[in-house]
Amino acid sequence: MQIFTCPFCGPREETEFHFGAEAGKARPEPAPEISDAAWADYLYMNEAPRGRAREIWVHLTCGEFFVMERDTVTREVLTVAALPGREA
Amino acid sequence: MHDYSAFALLRRGLTGHRGWRPAWRKARPKPAYDAVIVGGGGHGLATAYYLARRHGMRRIAVLEKGWLGGGNTGRNTTAVRSNYFYPESVALYDLALRLYEGLSRELNYNVMLSQRGMLIAAHTPAQMEICARIANAMRLNSVDGELMSGEAAVRRIPLLNQEAGARYRCLGGIWQGRAGVARHDAVAWGYARAASDLGVDIVEGCTVTDLLTEGGRVTGVETDMGTIRAERVGLAAAGATPALAAKAGVRLPIHTYALQAFVSEPVKPCLDTVLLYLGTGTYLSQSDKGELVIGGGLDRVPTHGQRGNLPAQETVLSGLLEMFPPFGQLRLLRQWAGVVDVVPDSSPVIGPAGPEGLYLNCGWGTGGFKAIPAGGWLLAHLMATGTHHEISRPFDLGRFAEGRLIDEAAGAGIAH
Repeated sequence: MQIFTCPFCGPREETEFHFGAEAGKARPEPAPEISDAAWADYLYMNEAPRGRAREIWVHLTCGEFFVMERDTVTREVLTVAALPGREA
Repeated sequence: MHDYSAFALLRRGLTGHRGWRPAWRKARPKPAYDAVIVGGGGHGLATAYYLARRHGMRRIAVLEKGWLGGGNTGRNTTAVRSNYFYPESVALYDLALRLYEGLSRELNYNVMLSQRGMLIAAHTPAQMEICARIANAMRLNSVDGELMSGEAAVRRIPLLNQEAGARYRCLGGIWQGRAGVARHDAVAWGYARAASDLGVDIVEGCTVTDLLTEGGRVTGVETDMGTIRAERVGLAAAGATPALAAKAGVRLPIHTYALQAFVSEPVKPCLDTVLLYLGTGTYLSQSDKGELVIGGGLDRVPTHGQRGNLPAQETVLSGLLEMFPPFGQLRLLRQWAGVVDVVPDSSPVIGPAGPEGLYLNCGWGTGGFKAIPAGGWLLAHLMATGTHHEISRPFDLGRFAEGRLIDEAAGAGIAH
């Protein structure tokens, strides 16, 4: 069992967390002017990086989304931080 | 080609089994090829074989960074089946199953296909309705599928937990008689041997570090064994595909997860079919050696590390024991994981990557082994002709921009 640290609740078991998405994706605006390919890129396409990754996770028990930096090979957690504007 | 046969076995046996030759040549890469395939698993090797056999191409190389079949081809639970829901999926997976049915003869290599049937078991009336829907869809798509009753299921699998207090008491499910298991290593080795005999260069321990591009066209690969030019490059590297495709500016709808499997100590025959339990997500079969081969859903943490985590193990094994309480006496011999390339609609990506000369066969997620002959057949068609086979066309990367997803998350039957 791996321990992840929620920026709000502290260290908890990995089963309390759910992977959301890769960090850094910005919703393309304005929607009516966005091409199908750009929408598909935003919705579906990923880096799936090997090694250092920056990801959005949710702590299911408190419901807060946050940023976690991990190594996807070793599974080591590097940093966790609240989303901008959501700091406790 | 040196034939394998009962006669050859007898002849070698009488002379102390000396004189067997390696099944394939260990090749060094040449400077240029007509086709280079990145990834020496089942899909890559099958692609090379069909390029040579069906399309008459001769200057072909398969580049594998590790050893042949050491990725997901060697890490799966060996089930082959075509019990899917959508017509596109059934066409794809049943092409694979039909090719599997003739594969030992075609390759002159025993892939130990055992069509022992598979039950997708349900434990609620609602699940039985879904099973009826999928079984009907399979029949409409001309594939053998039937709704099996609870009594018939228990006759087939007497060890199923049918105690009055059983939490997931089996009500029946979908039966596919042509489903079964095949020997995973033999599939890779058989394709490798047959391809090598047709002149394909199989290069192990060769890592592709970059894709060569000229004017938007992919013209070869950079490797740790030097530059290799190629008219066409095919990527069949599962979880390593996104990073490779990115070298040509191609983004893919893939997340990589670990998928675990387990084998128990060997026991006498007690399960002569493949079983997937919808209620627990656990599936299993018994190997010819007597080991129970056990699998389940994905680990929920994206990773490139080929090992599993404990929560997924607990889910799979507690599901197993709910289905078969006596198996609690068994010890596990081994546990391992592969890195699978999961796509949002749980269907593969087969097609041109975008830049001319680059082709994709990826996104098989948790179900690549059963599809090996079809994946190879279709990628070979693409690389030889430059156009889709009618069966691969729906699986083009373009389906994400066009909104034509083939969402097999339910039809595929396991938790994605």
